[in-house]
Amino acid sequence: MIQYLLSVHSTEGDPEPSPEQMQAMYADVEAFNAEVQASGAWVFAGGLHPPTSATVVRVQDGEVLLTDGPFAESKEQLGGFWIVKAADLDAVLELARRASIACQGPVEVRPFQDEPAA
Amino acid sequence: MADTTVMAGATVMAGATVAGVFREEYGRAVATLVRLLGDITLAEETVQDAFVLALERWPQAGVPANPGGWIVTTARRRAIDRYRRESARDDRHAQAALLLAPDEPPEVGAVRDDRLRLLFTCCHPSLSIEAQVALTLRLLGGLDTPQIARAFLVPEPTMAQRLVRAKKKIRDAGIPYRVPTEAELPDRLTPVLAVVYLVYTAGHSASTGADLVQGELCAEAVRLARVLADLLPDEPEVLGLLALLLLLESRRPARTGPAGELVPLGKQDCGRWDRALVEEGQARVRRLLRRGAPGPYQVQAAIQAVHADAANAAATDWRQVLDLYDLLLALLPTPVVALNRAVALAETAGPAQALAAVEGLALENYQPFHVVRADLLTRVGRAAEAVAAYERALHLTGNAVERAFLERRRDR
Repeated sequence: MIQYLLSVHSTEGDPEPSPEQMQAMYADVEAFNAEVQASGAWVFAGGLHPPTSATVVRVQDGEVLLTDGPFAESKEQLGGFWIVKAADLDAVLELARRASIACQGPVEVRPFQDEPAA
Repeated sequence: MADTTVMAGATVMAGATVAGVFREEYGRAVATLVRLLGDITLAEETVQDAFVLALERWPQAGVPANPGGWIVTTARRRAIDRYRRESARDDRHAQAALLLAPDEPPEVGAVRDDRLRLLFTCCHPSLSIEAQVALTLRLLGGLDTPQIARAFLVPEPTMAQRLVRAKKKIRDAGIPYRVPTEAELPDRLTPVLAVVYLVYTAGHSASTGADLVQGELCAEAVRLARVLADLLPDEPEVLGLLALLLLLESRRPARTGPAGELVPLGKQDCGRWDRALVEEGQARVRRLLRRGAPGPYQVQAAIQAVHADAANAAATDWRQVLDLYDLLLALLPTPVVALNRAVALAETAGPAQALAAVEGLALENYQPFHVVRADLLTRVGRAAEAVAAYERALHLTGNAVERAFLERRRDR
């Protein structure tokens, strides 16, 4: 089994969904999560607070440097993710299709590197 | 002395045999080795090693009865040797599969499935179309990186990197090595057919400087289409693509004149068409028509079949061509199809109507759009605008043969 990151990105400046839309989306995502858990593909998932809540920690010459805001200077920022395990890309693409419908946005699929041998 | 000559002769003959076997068997062998090893790069390397060994051995030992089987068996032994040498490698699964596999290659059916499997892996929709085409030519066609780079007019290191990345993505992202299920097939077949068609058109439009590559690509596309038609004989669009390519290929000898200049369809010497290909293509189109499940490739094949019926442009049944383009436009409503339909419209309803159909198509950067428009403008007597349209077409043409052709038409 390969582990994959399914990530959802939000774009700065996109219109905020209405509370009703948010409710519907939460319900859809919850239903999807339940399906994934039941299928055994589930590893972990979570939604993130907005990128403005982020802090970047950098160590330079032993000095700790903190910066307010997200690392990438981009309009597109990570909003949430699933980590799932699947036999191959086709299997995970099917999960991503359903995830994309549930969260109403594009989903990026990216494989994790193999765990180093113990 | 005499011995050396005989030996040299045998070497040349065996060399030619190896080259022929390479054409026929490379893709098949790589596909089988990918299944056995689960690793594309290793499969390629061991198959190449086996061909090198064939070049050394066959001149003395003679060509084996089943050259393809010899290549697969030899490549498999090379892989086993490598695993033994690199015993630290933690690939027990692949190793076990190798050692358990029977010594003779599996029966023909399975081997054929291997190629189909590999084709679907190469044309997986998660790979870019450029990567799909390059991988297909590399792994199934056995073309080397410089050849593929020349065909697509990109620098060799760019093509090399494209291939390395694509193979790495297949491995890292876990792109499966299998034929899609019946339910997935319609979606998954689309890119496969598009890749084969693109390989053909790349060959068709290659610059004359790369004549060799041009012929190779066209031949390779026809070969791949034949493999597909063999493996998926119940898919009308697969058969449609093969018929289309056979009919296009039948005219390739007539497409260039003695000085290498481009000869348009209407001016071609139909005596130079390959009759066997014309007949096979037309027979296939007739069989598809009886099936009554038209799709874009089948309709395009039918259009080419009508053209192949006529000895020249004047004898062409343009009414039928137009009807077929109407059908194609309904199946595939794109500006390019609308443009090609307008060419048939010009022959049935006249250039003024065709010009009206062409104006406003969103094809500003599509060279054939300006060529067709220039021709129609000439025919309605708007000479100055025609010259401007030829200029625009020339601006978009890199191929020297085509440039010369357009310059002549502009200066008429």
